[in-house]
Amino acid sequence: MAYEGGVDRDKAERFRLAALPYLDDVYTLARYLLRNTADAEDAAQECYLRAFRHFETFRGGPIKPWLLAILRNVCRAEYARRGMFAAAFADNSDEIESAAAGVWSEAQSPETETLHRLDGETMQRLMAQLPEAFREVIVLREVNDLSYREIADVTGAPVGTVMSRLARARGLLRAAWLAEEKSL
Amino acid sequence: MTCDEAEVMLHALVDDELDAGHARDVETHAANCARCAAQLAAYRELHQAMQRNNLRYTAPASLRRSIDRVVPSATATSRRTLLKGFAAGSLVSAAAAASVALFVVREDRDRRIFGEAVSAHLRSLQADHLTDVLSTDQHTVKPWFNGRIDLAPPVIDLTAQGFTLIGGRLDFIDGKPVAAIVYRRRVHVINLFVAQGFGTALGAPRLESVQGFNILRWNDQGLNFLAISDLNREELEEFGSKFERAARPPAG
Repeated sequence: MAYEGGVDRDKAERFRLAALPYLDDVYTLARYLLRNTADAEDAAQECYLRAFRHFETFRGGPIKPWLLAILRNVCRAEYARRGMFAAAFADNSDEIESAAAGVWSEAQSPETETLHRLDGETMQRLMAQLPEAFREVIVLREVNDLSYREIADVTGAPVGTVMSRLARARGLLRAAWLAEEKSL
Repeated sequence: MTCDEAEVMLHALVDDELDAGHARDVETHAANCARCAAQLAAYRELHQAMQRNNLRYTAPASLRRSIDRVVPSATATSRRTLLKGFAAGSLVSAAAAASVALFVVREDRDRRIFGEAVSAHLRSLQADHLTDVLSTDQHTVKPWFNGRIDLAPPVIDLTAQGFTLIGGRLDFIDGKPVAAIVYRRRVHVINLFVAQGFGTALGAPRLESVQGFNILRWNDQGLNFLAISDLNREELEEFGSKFERAARPPAG
């Protein structure tokens, strides 16, 4: 018999109440990080399984960053499986830096142009093209609606790094957006 | 404030992360610097566009169903249907399913060990089979296990700490012989089962409640310990920590 004694059932119920409201948040981050619906679904499920298993270790506070941190670990394991771990999360990878710098300078010239016309789906597509480290930060900020402090906790990076990555992510995204508009 | 500083700080302003003083600094700088003012406007616009558009994805129903199987709601479901669910859930990846199965199987094994520990504890309280060797002397109880079981359980007299050693006996849990060391606290009997190879890797000692008994489990020096009693949680944990402390030879 499963869950006799009421203890596990209580735990399951508390967990469901606390964690299930954030399933869309978890799934959304998984979609952006893995860029694939089937993998995102598996990752979100694995995240909830791990979170439930370790629910005792959750010490109150907002549960959303806790869940997203677990999800991120699951995704990192998936990156490792795909053999792209190092490229994805190398903190000061020259490649990412220079890629960012290139588009960054492009992004600076047309500041006065306004953004328009782009719909949500196009924005999602443009975000999906950002390098991992920048994509992750801008999704956590703009879509998951975390504070800088929470993003730092989730990613294990200092707040200063979060801020500079976010600045770069916005520069890249804005450049991509303007390029997209020109091509329309 | 320099333009370099403002370049990062203006994002914090857009995100409403600055206190009043710093916000004023950035705004003052932007008011006197056309380049930074343009950037501030541009990123504010980007931020607002991202807030305005729905950039979220909605979890598919199949994902919700999978999670319902892993974490059943109060109205669900026996472990049998849980396992059936996994067999049927075609969208569950092989890796995820394997880790879930492992989890369920281990839990099952834990439950069996708990069940048998409760039975052994109850048996020991009935009839007069509490001890095979009746002694409050650890130097009598410990050697008694020699040759009877393939491990050397630490037998520790905790009388001074409020837990009286009564004796020891041989018992069986999960098909394996285990050493049972018996203590008494007031009218409560504590069976401390010592074995090898039952027990998942535990970090900290873990306390659980099964059929009204409290069970405290921990691992130490390659041995698995399981203490069971009708004693309250606090006192059973006290027993565990005193036993553990006494089991470790003093450093130096």
